[in-house]
Amino acid sequence: MAKKLNLTLKVWRQDNAADQGRFETYPARGIDEDMSFLEMLDVVNEGLVEAGREPIAFDSDCREGICGTCSLVINGIPHGGRKGTTACQLHMRNFKDGQTISVEPWRARAFPVIRDLVVDRTAFDRIIQSGGFVSVRTGGAPDANAIPIPKEISDRAMDAAQCIGCGACVAACKNASAMLFVAAKVSHLNLLPQGRPEKSRRAERMVWQMDQEGFGACTVTGSCEAVCPKEISLDFIARLNRDYGLSVLK
Amino acid sequence: MALNSNIPSGPLAQKWDQHKFDLKLVNPANKRKFQVIVVGSGLAGASAAATLAELGYVVKCFCYQDSPRRAHSIAAQGGINAAKNYQNDGDSVHRLFYDTIKGGDFRAREANVYRLAQVSVNIIDQCVAQGVPFAREYGGLLDNRSFGGAQVSRTFYARGQTGQQLLLGAYSALSRQIGLGTVTMYPRTEMLDLVMVDGHAKGIITRDLANGRIERHAADAVVLATGGYGTVFFLSTNAVGCNVTATYRAHRRGALFANPCYTQIHPTCIPVSGDHQSKLTLMSESLRNDGRVWVPKRKEDCGKTASQIPESDRDYFLERKYPSFGNLAPRDISSRAAKEVCDEGRGVGPGGLGVYLDFSDAIKRLGEDKIRERYGNLFDMYECITGENAYRQPMRIFPAVHYTMGGLWVDYNLMSNLPGLFVLGEANFSDHGANRLGASALMQGLADGYFVIPYTIAHYFATSKQQRPSTDHPAFQQAEENVTGMANRLLGIKGKRTVRSFHRELGKLVWEHCGMARSQQSLEAALKRIPELRDEFWHNVNVPGSGSSLNQSLEYAGRVADFMEFAELLCTDALARNESCGGHFRVEHQTEDGEALRHDDQFAHAAAWEYKGLGKAPELHKEPLVYEEVHMSTRSYK
Repeated sequence: MAKKLNLTLKVWRQDNAADQGRFETYPARGIDEDMSFLEMLDVVNEGLVEAGREPIAFDSDCREGICGTCSLVINGIPHGGRKGTTACQLHMRNFKDGQTISVEPWRARAFPVIRDLVVDRTAFDRIIQSGGFVSVRTGGAPDANAIPIPKEISDRAMDAAQCIGCGACVAACKNASAMLFVAAKVSHLNLLPQGRPEKSRRAERMVWQMDQEGFGACTVTGSCEAVCPKEISLDFIARLNRDYGLSVLK
Repeated sequence: MALNSNIPSGPLAQKWDQHKFDLKLVNPANKRKFQVIVVGSGLAGASAAATLAELGYVVKCFCYQDSPRRAHSIAAQGGINAAKNYQNDGDSVHRLFYDTIKGGDFRAREANVYRLAQVSVNIIDQCVAQGVPFAREYGGLLDNRSFGGAQVSRTFYARGQTGQQLLLGAYSALSRQIGLGTVTMYPRTEMLDLVMVDGHAKGIITRDLANGRIERHAADAVVLATGGYGTVFFLSTNAVGCNVTATYRAHRRGALFANPCYTQIHPTCIPVSGDHQSKLTLMSESLRNDGRVWVPKRKEDCGKTASQIPESDRDYFLERKYPSFGNLAPRDISSRAAKEVCDEGRGVGPGGLGVYLDFSDAIKRLGEDKIRERYGNLFDMYECITGENAYRQPMRIFPAVHYTMGGLWVDYNLMSNLPGLFVLGEANFSDHGANRLGASALMQGLADGYFVIPYTIAHYFATSKQQRPSTDHPAFQQAEENVTGMANRLLGIKGKRTVRSFHRELGKLVWEHCGMARSQQSLEAALKRIPELRDEFWHNVNVPGSGSSLNQSLEYAGRVADFMEFAELLCTDALARNESCGGHFRVEHQTEDGEALRHDDQFAHAAAWEYKGLGKAPELHKEPLVYEEVHMSTRSYK
């Protein structure tokens, strides 16, 4: 039989973007240690609804760590601090009985709060729209094996491509910088022969859009890498700086 | 109503090419006069929206997620099939076609499946051109792996995240078009009704989930790519937001729903740990390439740890029953075999609902590093959820609802019986028959979106000559009132039970009565209970908050309300299909050794149901399945 935990939650509640917001305290009793953090919130919400109160709004979808929807700062750390793990995959066995846990939304100017723990991350989509693609049309692509790509290069591109676009990197950064996200996206495509023709243009445009969205500057403290659920390496920021620098010098 | 599948005449291998030539075109300058609504931004929706916009149509794309990059296609792990024959192991378009038809237990439409196999090769080319980082060999060429239901290696993969990488490819193509202004994207927006004008689908009503605003959108055609209905079972491997709402509400407007009883139970999921569970997690089927499935031979050994059970006391039941496919037997067969051994009391883990998937032989043969390279992220995921290290002890797995082969009925052009309403990907019924093979869902989604709809939608525009209505049309007014009326009704009940408690109860009911095994008795019991539960839902559900802001309880209540009706349709279809085939297993119809027993003389048809009103029996329309090329044999994987 799984162990049960009794916890106290301090949860950020905010009715809308204009509301000032506040912490509210809720008990979470009889929590099964096999539950995920979000399943624990489901249980708390069931109790709130039964007590005639409004449930805590939070985003989630796949609940298996891949869609990048869940976005909770748990005890001050985006996704809760377990290495390489999203909040939906953080299980309650990582907490202690009697513990008080704070739950907050991503906090960044570029990610305004919609309600409670739900934020608007469309800024990331706009960065991709500015250059995060290879300009090919459907149809007319050459045979997939026409361009051999060394395994090391393809693996490296895959390391970058693993980014799930959750925004934890921004939430962890003291400047709310989106550099790790942009670096992962630019590197994934710039490493591959298919992405090389637009290499400079891509780096330039995506960095420009990132600045437009109000993300802060990068000072390479590495807090982004520490919380990234896909463990995207800081090395990609160096690579982005190089691609960006070369494009500016051109 | 006569169902016309519009399958082109001529030899199977030439149908699609000839049909593409026969389809009418829209000239480049006229394309911008046509507006298309695409609902859903998974592989099918995103690829369709991007491609249609590239062609010059004006596209609006909608998704309920906060970004089009998050649709549940993203969770597919294992791979995507294509008849490239890069391995020189005897693959061909015809073999992929035949494997898919056979895997679907001869209940899919032959012409559609052949086309799917044909365009599979273009999909891989397209994805590589977009920068999808598929796994490669040291020589720089693409790597393949094998998958269930096939004896060739034709599956392309990108670590354990093929779905995410393919979706990011389609999303990048879509994003490019959004940036160019040819697609308007509506994230966090849910379609709540279909608008029919003069018998044609001409628009939708949506709710902006962030602020509750109800909006009307008119178009020349509506494309639904809204995925499957697996969450009717509450617990499934689908995302918690997946729902049947868009397709079911189109069904209420007249679209036929075909084969809802074809649901796929995936054999390799992490077992349920308790009542709190909100979803189940799949472990990729690719694990079965190197993992061996077993349970103890004797019930008494089930309490022991795996290492305490010697080799001679283990029953590798898939290898025993299906020696030629072994651990790679198709999903429906593997799932049922696991259920059987658990029903015999030989299951392992809590509640006896689990079987072992053991990698110790593969680790001995290939070394732990190789296994880590192939499946590392899956092993990590398993440890994260269960707290167990699968390099040291076998994984425990159990079948779970994963995919739904049924969906809205479509013809060869992927158009439903409602002119102007097209349905793509998992949301339609067309390609997988009664069981889908692994790595074929991604293939179908992208085939429909990149390579089929761009041709067939033009033919509709060129031939239908329907005006796009204004959103002031009375049909929009009526549909909007329908949507706001339903929301107000849900908010006004103020009952005692939460939406989730109803969903959980419904899901359990459907799982127990219409899950891995079904009988006349169980289905009749479900059909009696579902309307009672629905009635209780509409009198006793508690939906807090208001309709004019982000209200997740209200969103959820609307989806569960649809499941309350849809579940009845699912069980009705399962009861009417008095045979076993693929994922639909009726206990009354099995061979002596417990395999599915089809009755081709009575059931070689697609069952398409017409909505007749709430509480009224739906009307069944049959599309006979005519096989010109393949012989309908009994599936054997022995």
